[in-house]
Amino acid sequence: MANLKTAEKKTKAQSMGMHTETLTGKTQQKFFNPDEAENFFYWGTYDVDFNKRTDLDVKDLDCKQANGKIDELMSQGYGTIVIKNPQGKHSLGVGILNKLNLIFEGSLGYFGVGSIDGPIVRVNGRVGWSCAENMMAGKVVIEKNAGSCFGAAIRGGDLICKGSVGARTGIDQKGGTIIIGGDAGAFTGFMMQRGRIVILGDVGINLGDSMYDGTIYVGGKIGSFGSDAVESPMTKDDIDWLKRKLKVAEIGENFDVSKMTKVVAGKKLWNYDALEPTEKKGAI
Amino acid sequence: MCGIAGLIHRGKSSNVGEELQHMLQALKHRGPDSTGYALYADNDGQNFILRFKVGENVGEGSTSVNEDESVYNERKKAVDKKLSELGALVVKEEKLTPYSYRYEIKFDKDLMEFSKSIESIQSVEILSIGKSLELIKDLGDATVVSERYGLNKVQGTHGIGHARMATESGVDIKSAHPFWGYPFADVSVVHNGQLTNYWNNRRVLENKGMRFMSECDSELIAVFLAERMRNGATLEEGMKESLTGLDGVFTYFVATKDSLGMAKDTMAAKPLVLYESDDLVAMGSEEIAIRSILPQEIDTYDPFDGEVKVWQT
Repeated sequence: MANLKTAEKKTKAQSMGMHTETLTGKTQQKFFNPDEAENFFYWGTYDVDFNKRTDLDVKDLDCKQANGKIDELMSQGYGTIVIKNPQGKHSLGVGILNKLNLIFEGSLGYFGVGSIDGPIVRVNGRVGWSCAENMMAGKVVIEKNAGSCFGAAIRGGDLICKGSVGARTGIDQKGGTIIIGGDAGAFTGFMMQRGRIVILGDVGINLGDSMYDGTIYVGGKIGSFGSDAVESPMTKDDIDWLKRKLKVAEIGENFDVSKMTKVVAGKKLWNYDALEPTEKKGAI
Repeated sequence: MCGIAGLIHRGKSSNVGEELQHMLQALKHRGPDSTGYALYADNDGQNFILRFKVGENVGEGSTSVNEDESVYNERKKAVDKKLSELGALVVKEEKLTPYSYRYEIKFDKDLMEFSKSIESIQSVEILSIGKSLELIKDLGDATVVSERYGLNKVQGTHGIGHARMATESGVDIKSAHPFWGYPFADVSVVHNGQLTNYWNNRRVLENKGMRFMSECDSELIAVFLAERMRNGATLEEGMKESLTGLDGVFTYFVATKDSLGMAKDTMAAKPLVLYESDDLVAMGSEEIAIRSILPQEIDTYDPFDGEVKVWQT
């Protein structure tokens, strides 16, 4: 096995001072080379123009056809796509890995906009279970309510629901921010690992059950704390961050964030802080 | 997995048979084995509607034993004899399939003794008794069952239905939903989930004189509620007790002559989407069930954990 710790040749990124940490242990890392433009794009992604806009009516399409059509439009450079008549269909808008302005005029079913990395999504209706599951980056705004497992296992980005959400919101969350304008159900933040959840309304039982990192802010009543979740004092940094984040999210105007309850993990997993530097970069 | 759907029109009747057919067909991917309907029809309310089966559908995928149709006919004759002995007057009879019948009967005595007597005949099961309840269940998807029994013309106020994926018991009619709330007229239940204290509860309830016809865990909900109601609890009280009395994960609907209710377990592990307006409540395991009858943009939501709701017609 190559000994990365003693790797002699510096990459161009390191020469430019973009990466300074010394790699240890099992970490392997491949830096992007600015001279190789193709390395800046995922396979299957497109360079789109936000000003190039089109509508797509999916009333008579199944989810595979609709997603294929979105992909085709992106390949033609459309950067703003308005989806008409989603009518609660499942798995719409999944797997989009490039910048895109995606607007749904209606409601989505299960697994809407899952596994995305970069797009800005607005849903002018509600979403079913597991919206934005595994999201890596981008911004998703839901105008109405959302089902259970909202933002399950997200790693980054901002996920905003202006209404109320079901149970297990942010289950297995690994990064990013989830903001709820209304109430949230039971087991919110279940097995949460990193990231932040902000709930302006009430939250159900077992909040933060089995969480081992991350932070949850609650504006209303808490049904009960789950195992390992404890209350922590609000700091000035918390308040500043909340104000800034809610403003960017266009939600909770005039909401007094200083009165929110801050919930964090009360226990530390064994050897949890012995993370590789590159893994730490994944945390907010 | 299974899919459930229900709707109630408040203050008016509608074509609930067709509406529920669309809702359940939209949920076919959640349960292709069998489909069941409990429709609350605009009957005159004078006579009891008795729906019963004398055998099983041995269609594709069925786990039932094939029997000769002559056996079914003998059982039907035995039912007629019992009805006569019990003092029930058959006003109208319809043979719907070789194994299922719909009777209109005049009867004014104890329904529990009546049911016990009819079901003492081998392989005969009462699917439902009620003055407005029409409970139909069979193998196949929602459209197949609806066409087989002519359900898309049924006018009524409300109904619940179930698309079943068999996991805990066989692919047969007796394990299909809805379950009648024996011995109460016009009570039916559909369920999505798994109950983990089925046998403990069943043993207790059987000792109290309640009857189970299948080994499907979902039947426990109907029997559990019926037992509570027999002891004086209201439907809503019984449903609230079920949140702690039943263990496992569940979302279920229960319907009576003039009401429709839903309950969700305290872990909220099973899905439910709900639409509520002044004149209609529609709910289903997935949004697409509601969209199948309300394609326009509407506001829906997920009920929270441990929530019980009941609506009146």
